[in-house]
Amino acid sequence: MPAKLKGAQILVECLQREGVDTAFGIPGGVNLPTFDALYQSKIKVILTVHEQGAAHMADGYARATGRVGVCLATSGPGATNLVTGIATAYMDSIPVVAITGQVRTSVIGNDAFQEVDTVGITRPITKHSYLVKDPRDMARVVREAFHIASTGRPGPVLIDVPVDATVSEAEFLYPEQIHIRGYRLQTAPELDMAQVMQAAEAIARSRKPVLYVGAGVIHAGAAAELAELAHRAHIPVTTSLLGLGSFPETDPLSLGMLGMHGFEYTNYAVAQCDLLIGIGARFDDRVTGKPDEFARHAKKIHIDVDPSSINKTVLVDYPVIGDVKQVLRALNAQAKPLDTADWLRTIREMRVKYPLMYREKQKLLPQYIIQQISEATHGNAIIATGVGQHQMWAAQFYQFNRPRSLITSGGLGTMGFGLPAAIGAQFGRPNDVVWDIDGDGSFQMTAQELATAAEHHLPVKVAIMNNQHHGMVRQWQDLFYEGRHAQSRLNPVDFVKLAQANGCVGIRVERKEDVHSAIEQAMHTTQQPTVIEFVVEEAENCWPMIAPGKPHDQMLGTHDVLEQDGGVPQHRRAEPDEESKLSLG
Amino acid sequence: MSEKHTISVLVENHFGVLARVSGLISARAFNIDSLSVSTTEDPTTSRMTIVVDADAVKLEQVKRQLGRLIDVIDVQELREGEYIDRELLLARVNANGATKAQLEQIAKQFGGRIAHATAESVVMEASGDTKTLDRLVEQLRQHQITKLVRTGRVALER
Repeated sequence: MPAKLKGAQILVECLQREGVDTAFGIPGGVNLPTFDALYQSKIKVILTVHEQGAAHMADGYARATGRVGVCLATSGPGATNLVTGIATAYMDSIPVVAITGQVRTSVIGNDAFQEVDTVGITRPITKHSYLVKDPRDMARVVREAFHIASTGRPGPVLIDVPVDATVSEAEFLYPEQIHIRGYRLQTAPELDMAQVMQAAEAIARSRKPVLYVGAGVIHAGAAAELAELAHRAHIPVTTSLLGLGSFPETDPLSLGMLGMHGFEYTNYAVAQCDLLIGIGARFDDRVTGKPDEFARHAKKIHIDVDPSSINKTVLVDYPVIGDVKQVLRALNAQAKPLDTADWLRTIREMRVKYPLMYREKQKLLPQYIIQQISEATHGNAIIATGVGQHQMWAAQFYQFNRPRSLITSGGLGTMGFGLPAAIGAQFGRPNDVVWDIDGDGSFQMTAQELATAAEHHLPVKVAIMNNQHHGMVRQWQDLFYEGRHAQSRLNPVDFVKLAQANGCVGIRVERKEDVHSAIEQAMHTTQQPTVIEFVVEEAENCWPMIAPGKPHDQMLGTHDVLEQDGGVPQHRRAEPDEESKLSLG
Repeated sequence: MSEKHTISVLVENHFGVLARVSGLISARAFNIDSLSVSTTEDPTTSRMTIVVDADAVKLEQVKRQLGRLIDVIDVQELREGEYIDRELLLARVNANGATKAQLEQIAKQFGGRIAHATAESVVMEASGDTKTLDRLVEQLRQHQITKLVRTGRVALER
């Protein structure tokens, strides 16, 4: 006869069987039994300052490790505070399991103290959700939740647990098998070899192909297969924001990021290509600009695990539904060297002709600071970001060389994501160097989590680009609202004192010659977080830029404009590659 | 171009599924014309017949997104001419001695019947496809309908 356990004990036992070693959260009225059971377990529970921090930490942990991140909150406000974090994870397909307390079953719907319909509120922002009314369902639900969160197209799953289901007892029977009949095909869509062959033939016919890669390649652990295809067939690779790191940016075939703030030459290459091979990417509007003019001369292949991603914004010629790794292996079996020499030469010429540029200003520039961080870490750090100008500059000026090295909110664009995500990443990968490249606006939205990092002696490094504005908002106001800076100037804050008040090292840098030493100091601070406030140029804009709804060959802030303004080219570092003779100069 | 589509969705028979399905459709600003749901030959599943107003490309998207819901087992679009559809109508219509016979005649003509009658009114019951019932309603309007309910479409492929 199986042992009888309390619902909370079953929950914790199942979390341990899923391999959970770290969870993030805050206790409260109705999840006390859960926290009490966790307290007696081997799972390390990190108390955060705010539940939003817990959700982002679970997310950052998941992005950095590829494992499921876990966050916990009590009912009502605890649960609603998770919502932004859950939505962030949902938009970027991140495996997170959120466990919320709920009022006892008998009073659900009575407007009880700290009651909200958590399942209802989170329904559109979760991959799936459960309300566990009976402890006998607990083990099955936890098992299914982790399975659903981490397979197919990953995503957050919410488990809402009324307090009575955690304190009453049930026989503990661990379900070895999972049966979810509506989900079988989503976990492993059957590969249609006819689709693969059509795509392979389209690749073989192409003379000007571009691989357009998204986070799906990283989720599928298919970076090696991607590199094999690119190298074997001589195809250049551009990535979306979330795809950065899936292909080394020092590789001569790397085109870096495309889209709204992508490289000028990269967007031209996409506009000119004859075949666009989208892999694990969703043709997001920040990538495509005007959808019907996106890569308008190109036939399009779209490889994705999620059938609902196909033809969502851009109609494609060759859809391939399946696990990205499996599809890439099948394509690699067919791939032969293409005659892309002319095309690669064209790209190389454009790369030299249209580099990223900026002009030195009186004050520090964020671009320079990020270049310095990139140099100091050899492109091997984990970089978390907030959202805004600094995020785009990080994408442009940090050279990402490894999967899971950029941790950023792409889809939802959640300001305040950077610091808690960096903390979660550092918990997941304690031996890696983790930087949060942040803006003063983004950082302040969750800055209280510095205390969480300090408490655990995490050597997270925060680089705040303090331009005293919501910089991207200010940029749009200058571009599209005749310079009326409606509420985009931020209230002044002393970030050094803020850091110190939270037990972190605080450094302020205002001069270019101090940038390097401040970064070095942060790199050598291993038992404490470091916050560096870089006082940067306020009016600096993020270029180049495709205005919303415009095609890729009509960019603002292009090379020729910046050159007239005195801009200096910023070439990227590349590994020498004799075979393709590509040099970034 | 927006037009009416009938989709048949096989789902798990437990609470919250209707909210997931209708929420997904309404979040895309599609109008649900009708939605009917009941258990199937397998008591652990339910079948929803949903009639929506949508253009074909967007509908394709919604079908795939419905398929992504964990509680959805199968999604099928029923195309014009390939399925049998019925709905049930109940209508309370003003009636007196003179008009009652006329109403009985209409009921007979549409294969329906008078389910209940008082001195002032009758409740007519009829089933049929949407167009047939629309015609019936037109005829009943001449007798003043005081309350009308329809189940919405259920459909089965031929």
